[in-house]
Amino acid sequence: MKKIIFIIIFSLNFFNLNSDEKTKLHFEIYKNIRCLVCQGQSIADSNSEFAQTVKLVVKDKINEGKSEKEIYEFLISKYGEWIVYKPQFNKNNFLLWFFPYLALIFGAIIIYALIKKKENNKVN
Amino acid sequence: MLSNTGITLVILTTLLSALIIYKSFTELHIENNFINKKIFNLVTFQTTFSILSFFVLIAGFVISDFSLINVYENSHTKKPFFYKVSGAWGSHEGSLLLWINILVIFSFLFLVFTKHNNKSYLLYTLIFQNFLILGFLIFLLINSNPFSKIYPIPIEGLGLNPILQDPALAIHPPLLYIGFVGSSIYFSAGIASLISNCRDKFFAKSIKPWVLISWSFQTLGITAGSIWAYYELGWGGFWFWDPVENASLMPWFVITALMHSVIVLEKRNSIYSWVIILCLLTFTISVTGTFLVRSGILNSVHTFANDPSRGLYILIFLSLMIFLALAAFFRYSKKEEYNFLLKSKETLILANNWFMFFFLTSVMIGTLYPIILEVLNDTKISVGPPFYSAVIFPFVIPFLIFMAIGPKINWIKNKYSRILSNFYILIASIFLNLLVYFIFGKYSIISNLIIISSIFLIIHSIKDFFIFFKKKNESDISRIVSHLGFGMLILFIGISHNFTVENDFNLKVGEEKKFSGYQINFNSVRMENEKNYKKIIGEFKLVNLKSNLEEILYPEIRIYDQPETLTYEASIKTKLSADTYLTMSNISRSDYYNIKFQNKPFMIWIWISAILIASGGFIRLIKIKMQ
Amino acid sequence: MKKNLLKIIISVLAIFIIGTFYVSLKKTEIYDTKNLVGTNLDNFELNSLNKNLKINQELVKKSQYTLINFWASWCAPCRAEHKYLINLKRNAKNLKLIGINFKDEKKNANKFLSEFGDPYHYSAADSEGKVSINFGVYGIPESILVNNDLKIIKKFIGPLNQEEYTSILSLTN
Repeated sequence: MKKIIFIIIFSLNFFNLNSDEKTKLHFEIYKNIRCLVCQGQSIADSNSEFAQTVKLVVKDKINEGKSEKEIYEFLISKYGEWIVYKPQFNKNNFLLWFFPYLALIFGAIIIYALIKKKENNKVN
Repeated sequence: MLSNTGITLVILTTLLSALIIYKSFTELHIENNFINKKIFNLVTFQTTFSILSFFVLIAGFVISDFSLINVYENSHTKKPFFYKVSGAWGSHEGSLLLWINILVIFSFLFLVFTKHNNKSYLLYTLIFQNFLILGFLIFLLINSNPFSKIYPIPIEGLGLNPILQDPALAIHPPLLYIGFVGSSIYFSAGIASLISNCRDKFFAKSIKPWVLISWSFQTLGITAGSIWAYYELGWGGFWFWDPVENASLMPWFVITALMHSVIVLEKRNSIYSWVIILCLLTFTISVTGTFLVRSGILNSVHTFANDPSRGLYILIFLSLMIFLALAAFFRYSKKEEYNFLLKSKETLILANNWFMFFFLTSVMIGTLYPIILEVLNDTKISVGPPFYSAVIFPFVIPFLIFMAIGPKINWIKNKYSRILSNFYILIASIFLNLLVYFIFGKYSIISNLIIISSIFLIIHSIKDFFIFFKKKNESDISRIVSHLGFGMLILFIGISHNFTVENDFNLKVGEEKKFSGYQINFNSVRMENEKNYKKIIGEFKLVNLKSNLEEILYPEIRIYDQPETLTYEASIKTKLSADTYLTMSNISRSDYYNIKFQNKPFMIWIWISAILIASGGFIRLIKIKMQ
Repeated sequence: MKKNLLKIIISVLAIFIIGTFYVSLKKTEIYDTKNLVGTNLDNFELNSLNKNLKINQELVKKSQYTLINFWASWCAPCRAEHKYLINLKRNAKNLKLIGINFKDEKKNANKFLSEFGDPYHYSAADSEGKVSINFGVYGIPESILVNNDLKIIKKFIGPLNQEEYTSILSLTN
C-alpha cells in the first residue's frame, strides 16, 4: 500500500516536472516554425488563425510521442522548407552551413601566412 | 507653398553639389597648400540649404499640410506633436532626405575639422562624397520626393502606422543613419586616399573620429531598434535575426573591425590596404542593407513600406559604388610589407578582425542565401534564429577570451605573459558560473562556456578598471568600458536566453492559470477612449508562488482608427532582477483571450550593457577632442 | 598572375550578387503550396457536420474526382466563391464536393448553408482546424481537387473565380 502511494506521489511529481519541460519544448518548436500568413514572425510570436492551429497540431504530435525532427519533417512535407527557420542540411543548403566555416579557415590561413612571413624574415 | 520651398531647396542643394565637384576638380590643378575659401563657402551653403529643406518637411508635418502627399500618407491632425515631428523621417521619402542631410553634414564637418596638409586628399574626399550626395539627391527628386503635391488637398491624413508611434523608434532612424550614412565619409576618404597617395598614419588620424562617431551611433541605433521591438512588437523578443536587423548588424561588424584596425595603421603604419578595404566595405554593406530593406525583396517583420522601383535605383547606384571602389582599389593599391609577431597586439587585433569577418560572413550568407537559392533553384527557405545560434554562438567563446587577453599584450612584442592571473580569473569565472547554475538551473554546455567566458572578460575589464584608477596612463578607459559592456551584454543575453520562463494559454475573464511557479488571475477587462485610439485593458493578477509576491498587470489591445489597426501593448514590469512581460490578444469568435506570459531575468541589463558599449566610443571621441 | 586571378574572382562575385539582386527584384512570386500538386492525400478522418458519419479518404476513392473545399461562416471571401461551388455541384458530372467547415460553430455553419444553399455532397467539421494542416491549408478558403487515387490534381488558394471554375469543369468532365 505504502509502495503504491509512494509511486503515485513520485509519478505526480514526475508529471509536474515533465509539464514544465514540455512547455519549454513546445516553445522551442514554435520558435522554429514560420507563421506563413504573417510578416517574418514565428508561430510563437503570432496569434493568427494559422499560428494557433499549428500550435495545437504540434502539441498533439508531441503527446503522440513524435520527435522534434519528425514534426518538422511533417510540416515541411506539407508546406515546404519555407516553414522552418532552421534550414535542413541537404544538397541545396550545404553551402549555407559550410560557408561561414570556410571563411573562418580562409581567414586563419591569411593570418598564419602574415605571421609566418615575419619569422622567415628573421631567419634571413 | 511648403512644397515649392522644399523642392527649391533640394534643387539648390543638388546644383551646389555639382558645383562643388566642378570647383574641386579645378582646384586640384592649382598647386598650393590651401583650399580655396570659395569651396568652403559652397559647402556651407549646401549644408544650410539641405538642413533647411529638412526643416521645411518637419514644418509640413507639424502644421499638417496635407497638400504634401508624404504628410497626407503618414500623418494625421490628431497625432501627438512628437510623432508628427518624427513622422518626417518615418516614411521612405522623409528618411531619404534625412539620409542626404547626414551625407551633407558629414561632408561639411569633415572639411572643417580635418587638419591635414594634403590638399588633394581633402579635395578628392569632397568630390566623392558629393558624388554620393548627388546620386541620392537625384534618387530623391525623380523617385521619392517628399515634397510631391497632391490635388485636391485632402482634409485629413491617413495616419502613421501605430506600431511606429513609439519613442524608441522615433529616435531609431536618426541614430542608425548617423552610423550607416556616417560611414560614407570614410568611403570617400578611402578612395581619395588611394588616388592622392595619402597612405600614412595621418590618413588614419583623419578618419578615426568619424569611424568612432558612426560606430557609437550605430551601436545606439541598433539598441534603440531592439528596445522598440521588445516593447512594441509584443512578443517579448528583442532580436530575431530578421533580415532587416541583420542589415543593420552587418555594417556594425565591419565598422568594429575598422575601428580596431585603424589603431594599427595609426600606431604602426601597417595594414593600410586592409583598412582601405574595410572603409570601402562599410558603406557598401550599408547601402546593400538599405537596398534589401527598401526594395522589399526580403520577407521581414520590419517591412512597412517598400517598392521595387526604388530597389532598381538603389541597385544601380550600389553597382556603380561597388565598381568604383573595386576599380580604385585594383588600380591604386600597392604591395605592402608586413611584420607581425605572434604575440603582439597587432596580431590580436587581426584576430578581432578575423572573428568579425566570421560573424559578418555568417550573417551575410544567412541573409543572402535564401535570395540566391530562390533565384537559382526556385526553392524558398527560411534562415532564422536557430541557424545563427548554431553557427555563431560557439565562436563567441574564444572571441570573448581574446577580447579579455588581447588588450593586455603590448605593441610589437609581448615581454611578460600573466598566465597565473588569467588562471585565477578563469577559476573565479567557473565558480560564478556554478552559482548561476545553482540559482537558475541546468543549461547546455555551450551556454555554460559562453557564460564562463563572458564572466572572464568582465572580471578582466573590472581589474583593468582598477589599474586605470591607480595609474591613469597605463590603460585605455574607453576600451575598458566597451569591452566590459560587451562582456555584460553576452552574459545577460545568455542568462535571459536560458532562463526565461514563458507560457502561452487562453483565458476567459474570471479564470486562473497555474504553471511553473506562477499563478495568473484574469480579473477584468474594460474599454477606454484615447485621443487617436480606443483601448481594451485587461487586469491580471500575477502571483509568484515561490516568493508569494503579487503584481497587477494591465496589458492593452489598442484599436487605432487612422489607419484602422489593432496593436497589442505588452504590460511590462521592469525590475533590476527581471522583467515580467504579459500580452493579451483577442481570439476571434470567442470569449477567450490569448495570454503570453514571460519572466525574463536581467532584461534591463541588456540595454544598460549595450549603452555601455556605445559610451566607450564616445569617451574615446572626447579624449581625441581634448588632445 | 595570382593577383589578376583574385581581381577576376572578386569582380565575378560582385556581378553575381548584383545579378541575383536584379533577378529577385523582378520576381514577384508569392509563397504558396503548389508543390503539393501530384502528391497523395494523407489518410484523414472527420466527423460529419450534421450526420452521424465519418468522412475519410474512402469517400474520396469512391468518386472519380473530389473537390475538398475549406470554408467557414465567418470568412468573407468564402461567400464570394459560393456561387461557383453551387454551380459545380449542378454542372460537374464526375465531381463530388466535400466541404470542410473550418474552426466554426455548427449553428453558424448551418445557418450559412441554409441561407446561401448547400453546395456539398458531404459536409465535415474541423472545429479546431487541426486536420486542415494535413492538407497543407494555411488560410481559407482553399480548395483541393483530388482524383480517386487520392492524388492532388490542383490546388486553389483563395476564393475560386470564373476561370478556375471553368478549369475545374473541363478537368473533371
